[in-house]
Amino acid sequence: MDCKQLVEVITAYLDHTLPDEERCRFDAHLADCPHCTEYLAQMRRTIDRLGRLDETTLPPEPRKQLLAAFRDWRA
Amino acid sequence: MPGLQSADAARLAALRTGDERAFAALIDELSPRMLKLAHVYVPSTATAEEVVQEAWIVVLRSLDRFEGRSKLSTWILGIVVNVARERGRHESRSRPFSSLTTDHEPIIDPDRFLPPSHDRWPGHWAIAPAPWPQDALETAEAAQVIRNTVAALPYVQRAVITLRDMIGCTPEETCNTLGLTDTNHRVLLHRARTKVRAALELAFDTIETAA
Repeated sequence: MDCKQLVEVITAYLDHTLPDEERCRFDAHLADCPHCTEYLAQMRRTIDRLGRLDETTLPPEPRKQLLAAFRDWRA
Repeated sequence: MPGLQSADAARLAALRTGDERAFAALIDELSPRMLKLAHVYVPSTATAEEVVQEAWIVVLRSLDRFEGRSKLSTWILGIVVNVARERGRHESRSRPFSSLTTDHEPIIDPDRFLPPSHDRWPGHWAIAPAPWPQDALETAEAAQVIRNTVAALPYVQRAVITLRDMIGCTPEETCNTLGLTDTNHRVLLHRARTKVRAALELAFDTIETAA
């Protein structure tokens, strides 16, 4: 596996869907290649950051209306 | 109900007996995720909030028919997709969901790699990824780069990366919500993530020219 091939299968690698043999070649390449190690780390950090973008919440007014709708629904 | 997860079962029982606190807790827990998902299909925050509100009404109307074949949260996110798609169709007729499912550009600039014919390092990095500046990813600017890049993705890529990485759904939940196959969703996710990383790299100005 070369660098160009490795970057194409990173998502499959992270999802543990690479076949065993390919996973071994991925790990073997990684052990030898600081650039791909850096690339993989950047992908992981990107994914982590995507999950920490600011939270949006429903404003109080629509929330109140929904609770009223719930009371009507059960009435 | 066979297959129903116990947390969901307790919750459904509470909702069906009219426990308002259970409903309030569900709204507070799921609305942030629902807003993110609605945003994939409708541009404005105000419209996304309307979509989420409408989705909750659909949830209430359909709650007695929910059979627990999926997690309650997955079922609700699926309702958001339906409501938001419908709304998105009205608001942007020129960009139907299906017309933007593919894009054919290479995801990484081929010049970043040495050619297969290279005598020593075929297929290896020509321009290797340089380390990012310390804490650069934590800045508000980086967050904005990510938001802008995600907003510019084709719809389905945007939906997949939103569900998987921003909301934290499993592959299975993501595929069920969007009606995609496991393989297809991973291809879309890979393209989306690769573009976001590339946009960050560009913003951090760490691309060095080949030696």
